[in-house]
Amino acid sequence: MFADAGLADAIDVHYLQANLHYRPERIMGELAPVVEAAIDSGREVFVAYADCGTGGHLDAFLAEHPGVGRLPGAHCYEFFAGAEEFAEMHDDQPGTFYLTDFLAKHFDSLVWVNLGLDRHPQLRDVYFGNYTRLVYLAQTDDPAITRRAMDAAEQLGLAFEIRHTGRRGLAAPMERWADAITPVSIKTGTR
Amino acid sequence: MADDDIVLADLNDEDLVAQMHDDLYDGMAPEIIEGTDILLGRGWGPEKVLNEALVEGMRIVGIDFRDGILFVPEVLLAANAMKGGMEILRPLLVETGAEPVGKVVIGTVKGDIHDIGKNLVAMMLEGAGFEVIDLGINTDAAQFLAALDEHKPDILGMSALLTTTMPYMKVVIDTLKELGRRSEQIVLVGGAPLNEEFGSAIGADAYCRDAAVAAETAKSLVQARRAQIRADALAV
Repeated sequence: MFADAGLADAIDVHYLQANLHYRPERIMGELAPVVEAAIDSGREVFVAYADCGTGGHLDAFLAEHPGVGRLPGAHCYEFFAGAEEFAEMHDDQPGTFYLTDFLAKHFDSLVWVNLGLDRHPQLRDVYFGNYTRLVYLAQTDDPAITRRAMDAAEQLGLAFEIRHTGRRGLAAPMERWADAITPVSIKTGTR
Repeated sequence: MADDDIVLADLNDEDLVAQMHDDLYDGMAPEIIEGTDILLGRGWGPEKVLNEALVEGMRIVGIDFRDGILFVPEVLLAANAMKGGMEILRPLLVETGAEPVGKVVIGTVKGDIHDIGKNLVAMMLEGAGFEVIDLGINTDAAQFLAALDEHKPDILGMSALLTTTMPYMKVVIDTLKELGRRSEQIVLVGGAPLNEEFGSAIGADAYCRDAAVAAETAKSLVQARRAQIRADALAV
C-alpha cells in the first residue's frame, strides 16, 4: 500500500505478532514500547490497530500521546466492513464468526491450532455451538483464499457467506495520515 | 508409573484425590467419574468429594491458566471432566438437604452469544455451593428482570465477550436503579474485554477476572451482605 504510493522508503512498518489477536490483554505491553521508542526518536507514528480487544487501554495510551492516530472502530471486521454494515450484520445474526483475508489464509494456525481443535476436535461445539454463520470479509478477490474461507466454514460447521470489502477501511485512514506527515519533496504524483 | 497402569481403586484416599487432581488437570473425564464413584463408595460425603477432589483440582487448573501454563483448550477439557463428576454429585448434594451458600442468576448479555466464560463461572459457583440459574446467551434486561422476580437471587452475574456488547451491562444496572431495585442483589460482571474500571464505572459491585475469582468474590460478598442485613435487623 505504501509502496504503491511511493512511500516505501519514507515509512517503516513495525509488525507485532499476529497471535496477539487471541491475547489482546498483551497488546499494550508489546505496542507501547515500540510507539514510545519511535516518538523518542522523533518519528511520526500511526498505530494500525483498532481497539482490538484492548478494552479502551489503547485509546487511553494514545490520549497521552497526541498526534498518534489509530484505525477507527472496535476491530478489523468493523473497519473493513464499515461501521454501519458491521452493525447490521451483527444485529442480524449475533452468532457470526468473521474471517478477513489474513485470518482465512492462516486459519489453521491462528484459529484451528490456537483453539486446540487439532488435538481436541470435540471442543468445536464448545467454542462454536452458538454461532450460526461464518462471514468472510474479502479484501481481495482471490479464489484460493475464498476456498480456504469456505473450508473453514465447513470445519466449523457454519453456513458460509462472503462480503467483498476491499481494503479502503484499512487504507484510507493510513493514507490520510501518511499524506499529512509526508514532506512535499517525497510525495509522488502516483496517488 | 504410567497413567495407563494406575488402577484408581487400588489407591488410598489421599493418593486417589491427588490422582484425581492430575486427571482433572489432564481433562480425563472418565477417570474423574470413576474416582468420584470410588470415593462415594468409600463413604465420602458428596460435599467432601466436591471440595477436596474437584474444586481443589480446578483451583490448580485456574492458577496455571492465570500463569500462562495452561491455555483455554486445556481449561475447557478440565472443566468438562469436573462437570462429569458434578453430575454424579449434584443429586446427592440435594439429598443432603444442605442449604445453598446463595443463589445466582447469570447470563451473557444481549447481542452476545459467547458463553465459555459464563459456563466456567457457573460451574465454579456451583462448586462453591451456590444454586445457579443460567439464563444462557443474548439475554436482555427484561429477561434478567423476570429471572430476578422469579428467583430472588443474592447475585446477578453478567458476562460479555465483545467491547460492543459490554455496555449493555450498564443498561441492565441502570434499569435496576430506575426501578429502585439495584440494592436487592449483588451485581458481578466479567468477560475478556472488561476490567476493574469498567465494572466500577457501570455501577457493578465487582468485576471478576476469572471463574475462580468469581466464586471467591461471590462467597465473600454474600457473607458480607447477610452479615449487614443481620446487623441492620438488630439495630432496629
